[in-house]
Amino acid sequence: MGLRELWHRLGSPRWFYTMSRNWPWIFGGLAMALLLTGTLWGLAFAPPDYQQGNSFRIMYVHVPTSMIAQSAYIVMGVAGFMLLVWRMKLADMVLATVVPFGMSMTALSLFTGAVWGRPSWGTWWEWDARTTSMLVLLFLYFGLYALRQAIPRQETAGRACAVLALLGMINIPIIKYSVDWWLTLHQSASFTLTEAPAMPISMWFPLLLNVLGIYCLFGATLSSRLRLEILKREASTQWTRDIILGGRL
Amino acid sequence: MGGHGLYVWLAYGATVVVVLANVVSIRFARRRYAREALALERRKETAQAAGLDVSA
Repeated sequence: MGLRELWHRLGSPRWFYTMSRNWPWIFGGLAMALLLTGTLWGLAFAPPDYQQGNSFRIMYVHVPTSMIAQSAYIVMGVAGFMLLVWRMKLADMVLATVVPFGMSMTALSLFTGAVWGRPSWGTWWEWDARTTSMLVLLFLYFGLYALRQAIPRQETAGRACAVLALLGMINIPIIKYSVDWWLTLHQSASFTLTEAPAMPISMWFPLLLNVLGIYCLFGATLSSRLRLEILKREASTQWTRDIILGGRL
Repeated sequence: MGGHGLYVWLAYGATVVVVLANVVSIRFARRRYAREALALERRKETAQAAGLDVSA
């Protein structure tokens, strides 16, 4: 299938629903395998840090949740752009269904960060550039949720959320580069895509597993929620009625 | 855990709770919608059989 045909098909929620039948199971299975392995390795086998001792193990949950919180927002920004420019129905559905997962991951990132901050920084919270911009990200997620609930007309709600999602995208580079632009308490990146990590493999490999695992978890939850959203929004069509009456939900 | 056990388990515990909540909430939402949608379809079929207009 060429790109043009794929683009055309993305306009059909029914096509996506049919194509993604196994996605929740595939992504869910991968997520479970990766997260279990990464977590067990990080908790039991990775050596303690020479400065932070065992509290560094919080990294194996804090870093993946922080990364996925930002990535989920980027997905919403892209979906918002596609909705505003091409009026793609599926884009609005993605915009609606990413919010719960993204919001919960952002809150979890802030919580695990606070819990890690207490033994390592001596404080649960600092108005640091990174922590503050992550808090702004959480407020953006809350705002997107509240805005969609507040506007009864679906099409208008979708466009309003798309605008807010796009405007909020400015926060993503601020979060990412805050540790470089300002003098912050928060440490710089644990690993990047372009450089070899400073820590030994026994420490960074479980982190890589957990990062991949959480992205697979995002894939599983998003595809599952999106499939349900498609059924709800296409409820007046015969193909969804056939699925419901056939007990294939 | 060298005195850091409380912090580590607090962070991991919260993670497990949030991840499970995400998974479980989707399953509940799916089942709830299946129940409601099926009930609505059955009501429509009954109304149609009785000769009532269910086009709205």
